[in-house]
Amino acid sequence: MRRIAALTRNPAVLALVMALAVTGCASKKIPNSAADIGLGAGAGGSARPGTQQDFTVNVGDRIFFDTDSSVVRADAQQILARQAQWLNQYPSYSITIEGHADERGTREYNIALGARRAAAARDYLVSRGVAGNRLKTISYGKERPVAVCDDISCWSQNRRAVTLLGGAGS
Amino acid sequence: MKFTFKAFLLAAAVAVSFSAGMTAPARAVLEVDVNKGVVEPLPIAITDFLSADGLGAEISGIVSANLQRSGLFAPIEKAAFIEKISNPDAAPRFEDWKVINAQALVTGRVTREADGRVRAEYRLWDTFAGQQLAGEQFFASQANVRRVAHIISDAIYERLTGERGYFDTRIVFIDESGPRNQRMKRLAIMDQDGANARFLSDGRSIALTPRFSPSRQEITYMSYEGGQPQVYLLQLETGQRELVGNFPGMTFAPRFSPDGQKVIMSLLRDDGNSNIYVLDLRSRATTRLTSSNAIDTSPSYSPDGSQIVFTSDRGGRTQIYVMNSDGSNQRRISFGDGTYSTPVWSPRGDLIAFTKQTGGEFQIGVMRTDGSGERILSSGFSQEGPTWAPNGRVLMFFRQAAGAPGPQLYSVDLTGRNEQPISSPNFASDPAWSPLLD
Repeated sequence: MRRIAALTRNPAVLALVMALAVTGCASKKIPNSAADIGLGAGAGGSARPGTQQDFTVNVGDRIFFDTDSSVVRADAQQILARQAQWLNQYPSYSITIEGHADERGTREYNIALGARRAAAARDYLVSRGVAGNRLKTISYGKERPVAVCDDISCWSQNRRAVTLLGGAGS
Repeated sequence: MKFTFKAFLLAAAVAVSFSAGMTAPARAVLEVDVNKGVVEPLPIAITDFLSADGLGAEISGIVSANLQRSGLFAPIEKAAFIEKISNPDAAPRFEDWKVINAQALVTGRVTREADGRVRAEYRLWDTFAGQQLAGEQFFASQANVRRVAHIISDAIYERLTGERGYFDTRIVFIDESGPRNQRMKRLAIMDQDGANARFLSDGRSIALTPRFSPSRQEITYMSYEGGQPQVYLLQLETGQRELVGNFPGMTFAPRFSPDGQKVIMSLLRDDGNSNIYVLDLRSRATTRLTSSNAIDTSPSYSPDGSQIVFTSDRGGRTQIYVMNSDGSNQRRISFGDGTYSTPVWSPRGDLIAFTKQTGGEFQIGVMRTDGSGERILSSGFSQEGPTWAPNGRVLMFFRQAAGAPGPQLYSVDLTGRNEQPISSPNFASDPAWSPLLD
C-alpha cells in the first residue's frame, strides 16, 4: 500500500495515467516503443524538468488528425504551442517529427500523407519560434500503427504526428 | 542464386511431334475464348507424366494446378480416367477421353539423363479432333524442374487460348512477420504459384513497394535503411544495392520505364507535398514532371512509354490522372464516387488497374485509359495494390480481411469471377508480377 500511495502522490505519474486514459483504446493497444508510449527512462519516477519524460508527460508528444487530413486541429494547436514553448526553453534538443497515417488508405498515398502531417506539425512549431534547423521530419505512412484494431478507435490514434527529442542536451 | 533464363533452359527444347500417321480429319481447332464474360472452364485431362519416381507426377501436378488457377481450365479428376497411359509416344484411345468429356488431354514422360539432368516431354491432344496439338521436350537441372512445369503450362495455355501464358514468372513482394505494430517488412521473391520463396533483404529496416525491371534482373523499391525513406535499386543476380538518385528528401513510389532506362518516382517537397520526378539511370539526370501543390504519386508508364498514369489530390480527393511522359497534358481521368489510388497501366496498354475506396470498402478495378468503362473486380474491407500478369489478363493484389492478423496475396482475372489466394510463407503485401522473358 505504501508503494501505491507513493506512486499516486507523484503528479507526473498521475498525469501519465490520465493521458493514457484519454487516448486509451478499448481494443488491444500495444505500445510500439518507448517513444510511442511516451515513457522516458525512469518511468514512475519524477519527471525532471527538461527531460524527455517531462516533455512527454507534461507537454504531450503527439497530435492527432482527422481522416485524410493534415490540418492541425485546434486541440493539436494547443499541444504544439506547449511543445514550442518547452522546446524554446530547452534549445539544445534536436527534434524529429514522425508523421503517421491510419490503415484506411493505400500504402504509397499514406506515406505522402504522413509526410504532409509531419510537415504541418513542423511548420506550426516554426511559427511558434522553434528554429527550423532543429527540426527533421520522417513519414512512416501506415506502417507503424500504435493502436491495433480494425475500427475507428484505433484509426483515430494512428493518424498522428509524434515529436521525438534527440541530441539531448540537458 | 543464379537467375536462370528461359532462353537458356529452352536451348535444349525440341519439338516432339507424333509422326505415326495421324489421319484425323480437319476440324475446328480446340480453343478457349478468354474474353467471354462467363467462361465455362475447358475440361482437360492431365495424366501423371510417366517416370521411375514421383517426378513425373510432380511436374504434371504443377501444370494441373497452374491451369486450374487460371480459371479457364477444369482439370478432370484422375479417378475418372479410363485409359491408363503406358506409352506416351503412341496415340491415346481418344474414345476413352471423349467419353469423360476431356476436350484436351496432356500426356508426358520424365526421365533422367546420364549426366543427371532431367528430361521432360509432354504432348497436348485434341481428343475430339483426334490429333496432337503440341509436343515438346526439355532438359533441365533438378533445380529447374518447377520451371519446366511452368513452361509446359505456358505452352498449353498459349496453344489453347491463343494468349501468352504467365506461369513461368515470379512475384516480388513484401514478406510481413511479427506483431502488427512492429511488423518486419522484408523484400522477398517467389514463383507466381508461391513456390521457391526467398528473402532479398534482412528485415532490419522496412522495405516497401518493390517493382521489377523489364529485364527481370533488377528491382526498384523503397527502404528505410538510410534513416530517411528512399528509393533503391537491387541487382537480383549479385545482390548489389544502390540508392536511386541524390535527392534531398524522401523518395517513394518507384517504377521502371518500359525500356528499363529510367525510374519514375515521387519526391517529397519541403512543404509536405509530393511531386513526380523521373531519373535516367545512365546519365543520372532528373526531370521534374509535376509541380502541383498536392500529393502527386504512384506513377506508372504506359507500355509504349509515351504516357504516365498517376494519382493526385490537387482537385480535393485523390483521383487518377494521365500525362504525357514529358509531363505535358496532365488530365484527370477518374470521376467516380470515392478515392482512387495505385493506378497501374496494363502491359497490353488497354486498361488501367486501380484501388478505389468507397462506402467503407476497398475495391480493385479496371478502367479504360480514358477513364471510361470502369469495372470493379473485387471488393473487401481492406485490399490494394494491383499488379498485372504479363499477359494483361490477371491481376494480383493484397488483402487484409477485417480482424485478420495480416495481409495475404490474391489473384483475380478480368472477369472478376475467378479469385484465388496465392500462398506465401508469411503474411505478404505489395506483390509485383515479373514480365515474361522472350
